[in-house]
Formats: sequence, structure tokens, C-alpha cells
Amino acid sequence: MNIKLEGLTKRFPARDKRSGGEVTAVDSLTFEVPDGTLVGLLGPSGCGKSTTLNMICGLEAPSEGRIFFGEEDVTAAPPELRGVGMVFQNYALYPHLTVLQNITFPLENLKGDKKLSKAEMRRRAVETARLVQIENLLDRKPRELSGGQQQRVAIARALVKTPRVLLLDEPLSNLDARLRLQTREEICKIQRATGITTVFVTHDQEEAMSISDRIVVMKDGVLMQQGEPQQVYDDPASLFVAKFLGTPPINVFAGQVKAGRLYLEGSGAPVLDTPGVPEGPVWAGIRPEGFVPDTAGPVCCGLNRVEVLGRDVSIVCTHPACQADTIRAIIPSRSLVNGADNTVHFALKPDKVFLFDRETETRLPFAPPGAES
Amino acid sequence: MDRSSRKAWLYLLPAAALLAVFLVYPVIDVLIYSFEEGFNFASQTYWGVGLYNYSYVLHDPYFLQAVENTFVLVIITVPVSTTLALAISAALASIKPLRSLYQTIYFLPYVTNTLAVGLVFMVLFQKTEYTDGLVNLMLEWFGAGPIDFINGPHWAKMFVLCFYTIWVVMPFKILVLTGALASVNPDYYKAARVDGTSRARIFFRITLPMISPMLVYLVITGFIGAFKAYSDAVSLFGTDLNAAGMNTIVGYVYDMLYGDSGGYPSYASAAAIILFVIVLTITCINLLISRRVSGEGGVHIQ
Repeated sequence: MNIKLEGLTKRFPARDKRSGGEVTAVDSLTFEVPDGTLVGLLGPSGCGKSTTLNMICGLEAPSEGRIFFGEEDVTAAPPELRGVGMVFQNYALYPHLTVLQNITFPLENLKGDKKLSKAEMRRRAVETARLVQIENLLDRKPRELSGGQQQRVAIARALVKTPRVLLLDEPLSNLDARLRLQTREEICKIQRATGITTVFVTHDQEEAMSISDRIVVMKDGVLMQQGEPQQVYDDPASLFVAKFLGTPPINVFAGQVKAGRLYLEGSGAPVLDTPGVPEGPVWAGIRPEGFVPDTAGPVCCGLNRVEVLGRDVSIVCTHPACQADTIRAIIPSRSLVNGADNTVHFALKPDKVFLFDRETETRLPFAPPGAES
Repeated sequence: MDRSSRKAWLYLLPAAALLAVFLVYPVIDVLIYSFEEGFNFASQTYWGVGLYNYSYVLHDPYFLQAVENTFVLVIITVPVSTTLALAISAALASIKPLRSLYQTIYFLPYVTNTLAVGLVFMVLFQKTEYTDGLVNLMLEWFGAGPIDFINGPHWAKMFVLCFYTIWVVMPFKILVLTGALASVNPDYYKAARVDGTSRARIFFRITLPMISPMLVYLVITGFIGAFKAYSDAVSLFGTDLNAAGMNTIVGYVYDMLYGDSGGYPSYASAAAIILFVIVLTITCINLLISRRVSGEGGVHIQ
């Protein structure tokens, strides 16, 4: 089921009269979720992503804008008529019911010609339980299950009605790190197996990047950028998106562009050719993998330490123009840097360097040298 | 005894000592009194040990009347007050404006003096030479004849007593249940709404099981409280409850000790022990039932 949001806006009345004014949680959000895809709504906490999910679900009514499931306008439809399944952050499993009763619960609400027999309900519940591999836990109470198992029960309860859309609110945040990795693959697998259009909310960019077909990055209720994860990572539209995606995070430097060349503040030599960028102060974002150790390189940093991570090597260093205390550079081999040195020199990979306007923090594109040849 | 358990006993000592002096010792003393036949208060002597006191009490028509009154009171007021309190709390939980005002109004009876409330009820219900009372005036609109609720037929007096008791015990129950309802995580309701659960089904399948520990607590304390009823009857019908036919078991015990027909601590003790056994039995039955129910899908009481 194709989901389309058009100018979706949600305003909440001010909680405190004295502070005045409404709070706009979601501001004219427009995007589309193609049929059968897994889309991650990504943003820092308080950016309106959960409110957006609640509006898609029907738990919150939008102040403005419309929601379409396929051709059908569901803006005013109550949740049960939308055909949505929702997995809550705390799973919201009914503690007094067994796993089987929890999964059967939505089916027991069906009325009229959709009403099912007891045996049919049980058959569907067991079938869904098998899909998420909890068929041996059906007689347990939720409190007797681990966090990961509870989550599977919650997913099974959301899927048992065969909804058109599956919504997950921070599905992994209540799990420990090891389980998180396993569960996100599980979610991805279940989504592929059922082919159900899925929207999930997360503040964890790694989580979103790893399993989503598309990501939608939000900030303060406004859509910042959307697209395939790799494409958004490689081509961020703003400083916010560049900073939000990637571990370790991007390194941001204060810089100046003069005559088509980038200068980092506090150093005299140009570090990169940036044809087509207007002169003036900029923010230069450099991905950790954009640094290439090069004794003749233009970027000179103070070396703090070298961390060997197994697969690759992380260099922690400092530079006066950098906005953070330290810079992290990821290089493929330890032999490229001498850990005993006080300084380290880098050249930059042009496609890993992004320039942003100092005021508006929007991207200033430049054609990487050599790209046209 | 190792050191840590000795320490634990030391910490328990103050409470244990108080309980022993003011609870355990009197209970044992009452038990002993209840078996001493022909106890003379002045000389502190008795002429035998046996079950005569129990036999006397169980054959005393006043006691049987008191037992009947108490049981009627318990059986009517506990379910009615708990159900009404649940309905009012659920209604309070679903409204937003003026909620705290209503909460205050519903809680007012709790902080009002029992005897003062009794006086108000007398004004409402009593039929005198000058007026039939407010309630009778209203009954007359519907064509019903005036009923003397305070000095009239037994069922009318029982009705007033039950009405009064329910009104007095409700505020506390509403307070407890409002708190219990507020503590249910709203995500359960959201999940139920997404699944299209009807309001009635949400209430019976989700809300009720979630607050069932509090309901069990209220029913058990409600039973115990109603069995111990006395001051309510006094405030409505005066101190001579036997004459009014409205005595309760606790009232009977009091009358046997200090009333006009008093001075019989042995009979009072026997009656008190009978009450104790009744309350203990009912409480055990309550706990057993609630355990069984919770085994079938309710929340465990811890």
C-alpha cells in the first residue's frame, strides 16, 4: 500500500498559557512511502517523527494536510478502518493475557462478516507466531519473556490482522546492543517475507541506514531530506543531515572559500579545489573516511592517538578550525601513520568533503576536480 | 541465631512489642473471657469454664437480629459501593474539564464527621409531626405515601442505613480507583484503539484486569469495614439500637459491656470472638476467590 502524506501539519496547544503560542510538532510534511518498502523516519528526539507516525496510524488527527493510503484519503478515518498494525516502543503487551491471547486480541474485535471462528483465530495467531518464531511461547505471560521475545509478540499482534501498513515506534530502543543488531535483521526479514509497507521511527541513524529502503530525515517537525540511505549519506542537503548521519560523525571545520579554493581557518594553504563555490565563509564537513594520510598533504593536525579497530584504524587528532575538540579519521592501514609523531598530514578525498553556507547551513555543491574529465 | 537475623529481630522489636501489648494480649484475653462462665465483674471471679457464653449469645434474639442486620449491610453495601465507585472513577477519568472540582466534591464526605452526616440524613429522611422530611416530599410527587425511614418499618430503616453507609465509604474507594485508573499506561489504550477495540471491551478486558489488585483490596477492606459497622447506626437511630431493631454485631458487643443492659464482659467477648471468626472466614474466602480469578487471567496480588 502506497502511503502519501501531503502538507501534513500538527499543532499542539501551548501547555502553559503564560509561555503562549502553539507548538508545531510537524510542519507541512510531504513525502511518499512506495508500496512494499521499509521506510525509516529519522531525527533527533522531539523532531515530530513519533507524532507523524501517530497521524499515519490515526491516533492523532492532523491539524492540516492529508494522508492517502493508495488512492484512498484516510485523513479522517479512525485507526481500525485504516488497516494499520502498530508496534509501540514499550510493546504495550497486555500483561494479564498470554502470548496467544495477546496475538488473538485484535482478531476478536472483528465484527459482522469479518467475524472469525475460534479455531480460525487460533490458526491465524499460530501462523503469525510462527512467522516471528515465537510459536513455542504461546502460553507464557509477557513478563516471562525477554525484551526481544516481547518485541516479536508485539510484531505478531500487529501483523495478525494482515494490515495494509505496519508502523513501528522506536522498535529497537528497549533492547540491548547485541539483541538490537539481531532484531533489526529480523524486522527486515519479516518485512521482506510479508512485503508489507512499513514505516518505522528511530533516532538511531545506524539503525535507519542499515535496514531502510528509504530514509526520511526530520528536524523540528520539518522534512530535511529523503532518499535511499546511501544517497542521503553521500549527498547531504544540509549541515544537519551531514552531521546526523554517519558513525563516527562527520568532522566540521570553519573554512573560507577564496577563488575556488577551500582554506581552513587558521592555516594559510588551500586544502581543496572547490570550483563553482562563491567566495565567503563556509562550514566544511569532512567524513572520517575522507582523510588520506599523506606527508605532503595540506591538512596538518595534532596527533592525539591511533586506535586500531581491527578492520581499520581510527586516528584521533586535533585541528584549530575544527568545531569539535577532536577529529576522527578512518584509514585502512596502521602503517600509514606513525603513532609517535606529534602531527599528521592529510590530503582530502573531494567526494567526502561537503561545503555548507555559514548562515543557512545549506549545501554549496561543487564539481570535484577531475569529475568532468 | 546468626547475627543478621538477630539484628532483624531487634528492628522488629518496637512494632512487635506494641502489637503484643495492644493486639495479641487483648485478643487472647477476650478469648479467655469468652470461656469463663458466670464471670463477676466486681469480684473478678467465675464459677466455671465452658461454652455457655456462646450458647447464650447465639440464642439471644438481639444478637441474631444484629447478625442479620450486619450481613444485610455487608451484602448490599460492599458490591454497590464498589461498583458505583468504579463507575464514577471511570467517568472522572474520561472527562478533562472540571475533573479536580468533581474529585473534590466526591471526596468531601470522607472528611466530614460521621455524626454530622448522620444528622443531615435524619433531616432528609425523618418524619416528624411538623414535616415528612425531604425524601418523603419527593416521594409524594410520585404518589408514594410517606414512609417513616427512621422510626418506621425495618426495611425502610435498613435502606437508610445502607444508603448512608454507601455514601460514607464511596469517597475513599473513588480516590483509590481514580489513582489506579490513572496508573494504567495509556499505550495499552492506544494499542487497543489501533485494533478497533470497543470501549466496553477495553474496559472489561484491559482496564478491569489492570486495576484488579486495587479492586480486591477495596472489596476485602470493604467487607471488614462493613462487618465492623456501628457508629453509622448510632448516628441515624440513636444509642438504643436493640429497641430500634437496628443493632449490629459491634453494637451488640458494646451494649453487653457498657449499655443499659450491660455489665456482661463474658457475653461481649463471645460475641466479639464470633465476629472475629466471621471476618476471618470471609477474608480467606475473598483471597481464595481473587487468587483463582487472577489465575485465569487477572493480575496477581502481591
